[in-house]
Amino acid sequence: MNRDTPLWLRLASLAVGLVFLVVPLPPPFDGLRPHLLALSLIYWALESPGRGGMALAWAVGLLADVVSGTLLGEQALRMAVLVFLVQRFRAQLRFFPLWQQSAAVGLLLLNDLALMASIRLIAGAGLPDWGPMLAPLVGLAAWPWWFLLLDALRLRHRERAGGR
Amino acid sequence: MIHAGSPAPKLSEAAAGTLPLLACITLSAVLMVADHRGDLSPRVRGAISTAVEPVWRLAALPAAAWRWADTALSRQQVLADETITLRRELQLRDAQLARLEAVARENQRLRALLGGKGDFRLAVQMAGIVDVDLDPWRQRVRLDRGSAEGVEVGQAVIDAGGMLGQVVQVSEHGATALLLTDASHSVPVQLVRTGLRLMAVGTGTSDTLRVPNIPQSADIRAGDLLVTSGIGGRFPAGFAVGTVRAVGPDDTRLFLVAEVTPAAQLDRGLEVLLVMRGEIDVDVGPPIPADYRDPAPVAAGGAAAAPGAAEPRQ
Repeated sequence: MNRDTPLWLRLASLAVGLVFLVVPLPPPFDGLRPHLLALSLIYWALESPGRGGMALAWAVGLLADVVSGTLLGEQALRMAVLVFLVQRFRAQLRFFPLWQQSAAVGLLLLNDLALMASIRLIAGAGLPDWGPMLAPLVGLAAWPWWFLLLDALRLRHRERAGGR
Repeated sequence: MIHAGSPAPKLSEAAAGTLPLLACITLSAVLMVADHRGDLSPRVRGAISTAVEPVWRLAALPAAAWRWADTALSRQQVLADETITLRRELQLRDAQLARLEAVARENQRLRALLGGKGDFRLAVQMAGIVDVDLDPWRQRVRLDRGSAEGVEVGQAVIDAGGMLGQVVQVSEHGATALLLTDASHSVPVQLVRTGLRLMAVGTGTSDTLRVPNIPQSADIRAGDLLVTSGIGGRFPAGFAVGTVRAVGPDDTRLFLVAEVTPAAQLDRGLEVLLVMRGEIDVDVGPPIPADYRDPAPVAAGGAAAAPGAAEPRQ
């Protein structure tokens, strides 16, 4: 597993996901940012299962909470649940064709949205406008590209390190 | 897409995931409850904030680069025009300021005659808004000054238009300010025309404040100006909060509710002013509670600062 997944790529994709949470985008795309952090976590849960996957997701989610200023623990919980589900259905998800995988990612993010909305309703925040509601669709559309990008980077690394 | 060579999934792996999940859920729940109730020490959040500061700086880079490129590449004519406009505006402001200064001096003299000790001087500190999009569910901005520069939790944030919000969290070189329009924010206000005291609460949208629970008999109408009343001591009195846009009955038909357009430029502008707390005028607003001890009774001007806090004065 360690030969397949370079640590720097793992960390870099998560860091990009964190930064992308708060990068300012022009107004029409503002609410339509894909949750790259979630997508990265899904990718790594799919491609390199390991013992610490969920703990890592939780820790990164905690950082995401501080970065985007949400209730401390909210994103941590969401990311941990997300990675748990991926690990549970990993055998099926891995052998889906890409479009089917995207649909599954959309469903995972829909579950994530429901979790987020329920946490925030319990915490006393109101329902959001339509922007965040589209998150599963945005994630579904972004998944193939993010998947192919990470896959290409990973494969290139493996080829370079190959021969062993 | 699918690569051979990675280990085959083990059945026990899926089952083994349940325990860590439960641990994660419990830990998150504890954290969320603690954070929501405000039990969490601000130092914890501050420490993590300092750790993720680079992320914010990094996220603000593209926009900063864009602005730089915009300035560097825009045509000279445009820049020259802008300079002329700004210069004219500056002249106008200078004239107004000169007049205001005269009025302020006169005011000071009159106050001295009356024996009052009120002091309307205002110490402010400029802070830049770090250009990041925080969680869209809440109305907040990130500022680039922190505890190292003397920023404290509770400081009022204003801009040229009026009240913007207050500082809610401080790390070493950054702070988070809650805007007036956040759904969890409310500010004590006063109608300029009639002196009626009210509360303005945020709605979660950046162009509207709500003023609920106005008595039916109250004299309030569209176009009225609201300013901070200074009650509660958190906000200095007299800053513009907004203009009443519409007044109508609320759901119970027993009270009126007013919609207010904020005076500050909540979604524009890149710089704000932080009001130093020592300068809050204690002469305005309700009497000081009996158990309050003035740390420096002989100090001129309102010393409403926390004991031991020495603010620089202008």
